[in-house]
Amino acid sequence: MSERSNPGTGDVRVRNAWKSFDKGRIAVLKGVDLEVRRGEMLALWGASGSGKSTLLHLVGGLDIPDRGEVTVSGIDTATEPARLAIRRFQVGFVFQLHNLIPDLTASENILAPSIASGLPRATARERLGALLEASGLSHRRDHRIQDMSGGERQRTAICRALINKPAVLLADEPTGALDEQTGEVIFGLFREMAKSEGVTVILATHERKFAEGCDRILRMREGSLHEL
Amino acid sequence: MSFLALVLVNLRRHKVRTLIGVSGIGFGVAAMLTILSIVLGAIAMFERILSNDSQYLVFERDVSDLFFSSVPADIVGTLRALPFVEAAQPVLFGIVSSPGHPIITCFGVEAGDARVARAVWLAGDPAAFGVEPGRVYLGECAAGFLKARVGDSIPIGRETFIVGGVLRSENGFEDGGVFLPLADAQAFFHRDGVSSVVTVKLRDKADGDALKQAVARDFPNLIALENREFSRSYSQFKIMNLTGWAVGICAFLLGGLGVANTMIMSVFGRIREIAVLRACGFSGHQIGTLVLSEAAAVAAAGTLVGFAIGAVALAVLNAAPQLHGYVNAVVQLDVALGIVAVAFVTGLAGAMYPAWFASRIQPSEALRYE
Repeated sequence: MSERSNPGTGDVRVRNAWKSFDKGRIAVLKGVDLEVRRGEMLALWGASGSGKSTLLHLVGGLDIPDRGEVTVSGIDTATEPARLAIRRFQVGFVFQLHNLIPDLTASENILAPSIASGLPRATARERLGALLEASGLSHRRDHRIQDMSGGERQRTAICRALINKPAVLLADEPTGALDEQTGEVIFGLFREMAKSEGVTVILATHERKFAEGCDRILRMREGSLHEL
Repeated sequence: MSFLALVLVNLRRHKVRTLIGVSGIGFGVAAMLTILSIVLGAIAMFERILSNDSQYLVFERDVSDLFFSSVPADIVGTLRALPFVEAAQPVLFGIVSSPGHPIITCFGVEAGDARVARAVWLAGDPAAFGVEPGRVYLGECAAGFLKARVGDSIPIGRETFIVGGVLRSENGFEDGGVFLPLADAQAFFHRDGVSSVVTVKLRDKADGDALKQAVARDFPNLIALENREFSRSYSQFKIMNLTGWAVGICAFLLGGLGVANTMIMSVFGRIREIAVLRACGFSGHQIGTLVLSEAAAVAAAGTLVGFAIGAVALAVLNAAPQLHGYVNAVVQLDVALGIVAVAFVTGLAGAMYPAWFASRIQPSEALRYE
C-alpha cells in the first residue's frame, strides 16, 4: 500500500464556506475556514447537528458550498467532474452506519469503488488482499455483510474507503454505533493509516476521547470552527 | 467483483419483484409470439390455398373480402382460351356448419382442380368427384372431427350429404375443410354461375402483364394480380398482420409497465445505497447504466421465459384437435428477432425514468435525510 492510483497531495483547504438548507432558512456552515496538511489526523468535534457532516460532505465532493471555496489535493470542488474525480481518486468515505451492500460479501463491498474508478482487476485484487490482511478480515472475505459483527462491518467499510488509495479519509462518526472496545480498534486503524500511509484523516466525532487521540481538534459549534 | 455482479445483486435481492418484471416481459413475448405465429401461419396457409398450382388470381375489383367476390362463370372459358394460359380454375369459398362445428371452410371446385386432383386420397375415388350428386369430400382433419367415413351421411347446413371421399392436404384450412363440386357449392350457397376467384396458371410467367391487360380490357370489374402482389395488397392480410402486432405490442406495454414498476420500486427502495455508491465514486451515468442493465437483464430473462412459454403454447395449439387444423403456427426468424427487439425496447423504456431518477440522486441530500 505504498502508491496511490492518482496521487494527490492530501491537503485540504476550505475558505469561507457557507452552507444553508431549506432555501436558506437553516444556516449550517457560517464562513468556515479549514486547512489540513497531508498525513494529519484532524478531529471535528461537536454535538449532533453542529455541521460536522455537512463540512465532510463539502470536502468529499458530495455537495458544494453556497459561498466559499473547497479544494482537495489542489482540486477545486466547484464542478461536478472535479467532484467526481475527488470522490473516485482523492477521498474515501466511512459512515457511521457503514452503509455496506448487505447482499454482497465483504470482498465484493470493498471492491465496489474500484469498479467506479476503473482500477485494473488484478491491482484491485492485490489491494483487497492487503487491506483484508491489515484489518484482520482475511477469514471473513467471502462472508455476507449480514453475517458479520458491527466491528467487522465497520472495518469492511474502512477497507472499502481505502481500496482506491485515497489521499484523504473522511470518517463521519465511524465509532458512533460501536461498543467502546470495537471503537478503539477502529480508531486505531485510522491512526495507522495516517501514520504509515500518510493519509490525511478527518474524523467527525462527538466522542471526546477519540477526538483527543487525533493530532488536532477543531470544535464545531453553531456552524463555525474553533481551535481547542 | 464486476459491474455485472452489482447488476445481479439487486435482482437476486428482491426475487419476487424480479420475477414480476420477468413475468411481465415473458407473457408479452409469449403473447406476441403466439399471436403473430398463428396469424402469419394462417396468412401463409391462405396464400397457399390461393396459389395452389397457379401464379395469378382473378377476382372482383375493390372487394373487401374474397368471400364476397363474384367472378362470372363465363370468364373461365375466356381465360382458358387465351393462348398463354395453361389452366384456369374457378374456386368458390364458403363457410358451412355441422352440428358441434359451426365454422368449416368449404371449397367449391371442379374435378380437375389441383386441390382435389393432386391431393392424397385416403378413401374414395377421385374419378367420381362431381359425378355422383349429393356428395361431399372431407379433408382428413375434418373427417376426424366430424367422425365421418366414406359412405356416411353427414348434415351440412340444412342439407345432408354422403361422404364421397377423404383426402389429405398439407394445408390446414384444406385439411380441416370440406370440398363440394363447384356446381353443388354454387347451389348450396345460392351463388349460381359465379365463383369467388379464378386461379390462373400461365405457360410462361413472363406473360403476366398480358393476362392483366386482357382482364382489365374485357372485364373491367375484375382484376388479375400475381399471387405475391395479391398478398401484399389484400386488406384482410394487412388487417390480420396489423392486429397481430397491435395486440402483441399491447401485451408488451403491460409488460413494460411491469418493468417500470419493478425498477421504480427498486430505485426508490435503495436511494441511500445509490447515494453511497455515488460517494464511492460512481458517476450519475454509471448509476443510470446500472439501472438500465438491471432492466436489460430482466428483459433478457423475460424473453427466454416468453419464448419457452410461447413454444409450448404453439405446440399445444398445433396439436389440439378442436382447432381443426386451422392453426399452423410458423415461427419466422424475422418475427422472432422483432419480438426480441420489442422486448428489450419495452424493458429499457420502462427503466428510463427510474434510471434518470437514480442518476440524479444527490448523495449528500440522500445521506442527510435517510
